[in-house]
This record gives sequence, C-alpha cells and structure tokens, in this order.
Amino acid sequence: MSQQQIIDAVEKKFLKTDLPKLSIGDTVDVHVRIIEGSKERIQVFNGVVIAQSGRGIGQMITVRRIVANEGVERVFPLHSPRISTIEVKRQGHVRRSKLYYLRERVGKKRRLRDKRRGLEQLITEPEKAVETEAAVATAGKGKKE
Amino acid sequence: MPAVLIGKKVGMTRLYTEAGVNVPVTIIQAGPCHVTQVKSAQRDGYEAVQIGFVEIKPRVSTMPQIGHDGKAGLAPQRFHREFRVKPEEVENYPLGKTLTVEVFEGVRFVDVIGTSKGKGFQGVMKRWGFKGMCASHGTERKHRSPGTISGRASNRGTGKPKKGIRMSGHMGDRQVTARSLEVVGRDAQNNLLLVLGAVPGANQGVVLIREATRLYKSKANLAKAS
Repeated sequence: MSQQQIIDAVEKKFLKTDLPKLSIGDTVDVHVRIIEGSKERIQVFNGVVIAQSGRGIGQMITVRRIVANEGVERVFPLHSPRISTIEVKRQGHVRRSKLYYLRERVGKKRRLRDKRRGLEQLITEPEKAVETEAAVATAGKGKKE
Repeated sequence: MPAVLIGKKVGMTRLYTEAGVNVPVTIIQAGPCHVTQVKSAQRDGYEAVQIGFVEIKPRVSTMPQIGHDGKAGLAPQRFHREFRVKPEEVENYPLGKTLTVEVFEGVRFVDVIGTSKGKGFQGVMKRWGFKGMCASHGTERKHRSPGTISGRASNRGTGKPKKGIRMSGHMGDRQVTARSLEVVGRDAQNNLLLVLGAVPGANQGVVLIREATRLYKSKANLAKAS
C-alpha cells in the first residue's frame, strides 16, 4: 500500500457515508449540534454552498446566507460529528467552483438560477436517450420516404 | 517489558475524537520488528536487545549484515536499533522473535525519536529565533545579522569568544525526540500506530517509538487521573 492509501484507509472509518451529493450553488440546510453544558440542541443554518475545499476527512463547505441584510458565511467540516445532517433544498445553476462573486451581489441578483430540469436524468439514464434517438431516426426515415 | 519498535512515518491526517473534537494525528507504520541480537553483560558489558525492521533482499545487503541477521534466522534487515532491558527480562526476547504493534497494548503515551528535516545552512533568525536588526535607522546590509557575539574579554585567556554562542550554521537533520505523545489508536492488522500531534522528520522517515520515559507534568496528571 502506498503512503496515501494507508492514510485513506485510516480516515475511511471516520468518514460519513450518509452525506447527500452536494454541489456548488446548492441551497442547503445544515443541522449543527450545539452543546450547551449538558444539553444538546440542533441549529439549522440555511444558505448557498459557495465553495468546497479539501478532501477526505478534511472536506469543508462554505455556506453563505443573508441575515438582517448582512452576509454571513460559515465553513463546515462535512465529516464532523457536530454536523448531524445536511439537506439539499435547491440546486442552483452555476458555472464556477467558487461563487465568491455572490459577495458583491445585492438584492435579487444574489439568487441563482435553478439547475435545468431533466438534464441530470438524461445523463444518468443513457438507455432512455438511446431509445429516443432511435425513435427520432425512424421518424426521420419515414419522412424521407 | 519496555515497549520499543522501529517504525516508518506514513503521514499526518486529522480525526474526530468521541467528543467531536478535531485532532491532528500522525500515522506510523510500527513494526513488525524482529529480535536480531541479544546483548549480555558478560559479552558486551550491558544488557540490551537489538531489533531489525524491513526485510531486504540479500542482493542489496552486505555479507556481514547477512551473517549478523542470519544468526537470528532472519533475512537481512534494513534498519537496526537497540534498547536496554533489565537482566531478568532478557528471556522474553529470544532471537528472531517478532514484535508487533501489540507491545504498545495499554501504553498511553509514547516518545518518538526521528531525524528532523534538513534545512541546510541557516542564519540566526531562522535557526535560533533572533530578532535581527532594525529595518531602518541607518542599518545597512545587516538586517538579519546576530549583532554582537561578545568580546574576547568575556572568556579571558582563550582569545576567543565564549563557547556555545549561538551563530548561523547547519540546521535540522539531527536526532529529535518528540516526548509524551498520546496514542490515539492501534491497528494490529496493518501494523499502524496513531499518535496525537507531529513527529520529527519527513514522511517515510524511520522513527523509533518507545513508551514515554518521563511524562510532561500535564500529561502525568492526565495519566494519574485515568
């Protein structure tokens, strides 16, 4: 085993397996465990994922939200036990891996366009695509005749 | 029984403790080591055990080395280290015995001895943490210099400055002991030992791991409490 493989194997036991598939531009709800003395409660931080960094157990996401007209960014280590769950609420259409340009945006411009519907399905179900292609081909033939 | 092993620094990562605290961890491939020689007071003047780590092909070894390790019934080993044992404990180490990471069973703190990364010839600011000199106020070409190294009068009769004056020179690439590192985990299957914090040297460097000989006060209190 190479050095990195050993490190990955050690980290693997500590990695969460139930994390949703996150991508940049997603609007997420991060449920954070907060321990106050002996009590434990969960606080939800809702915002847009504007950056992702690190890999393995050191993977972090930066979530930005607007509180009282003031931008607030929090960086969450994804595999920390203090993060109970992460829910993806919406998927935004973005073309960059770091959305730092959102910091300068004010008002409606802050919002991200939704990811185009159906695009993902086309990629995940290639069989269907082939079927439709075939249908188109036959239709084309019919026209020629 | 003293717990000692030769290991290889694999690298660092970070893990979460049960309390959810993120801690830096060094992964060390510790062992398996084999006893290559047992030294006795009669023959060698002191009682010690020599262990070897990493089997190599005879082709890349030397005849004396092959013969030395062959006495213990082993293939030639790449690294050898020894540690003292009490005369009554020598029986626990027959020649060729395999020592695995299990020797650290129940050990909470370890010392890790390695060779630090070489830094080359360094000035006093990097090597000893001197402050250097003013950036301005008329300072010319002496911004990182040590300043005075005292006169010859401070060591009268020798005609030289005092011995041990900290100056520029070679830094790093020397033996360093990281004391009282907490053991976070053991993996007997893969011969891994996880310790809290950094250990000297670069990745893939050879280190000697032993049970902590003298704990730092705060760690001693921790050990007492548990």
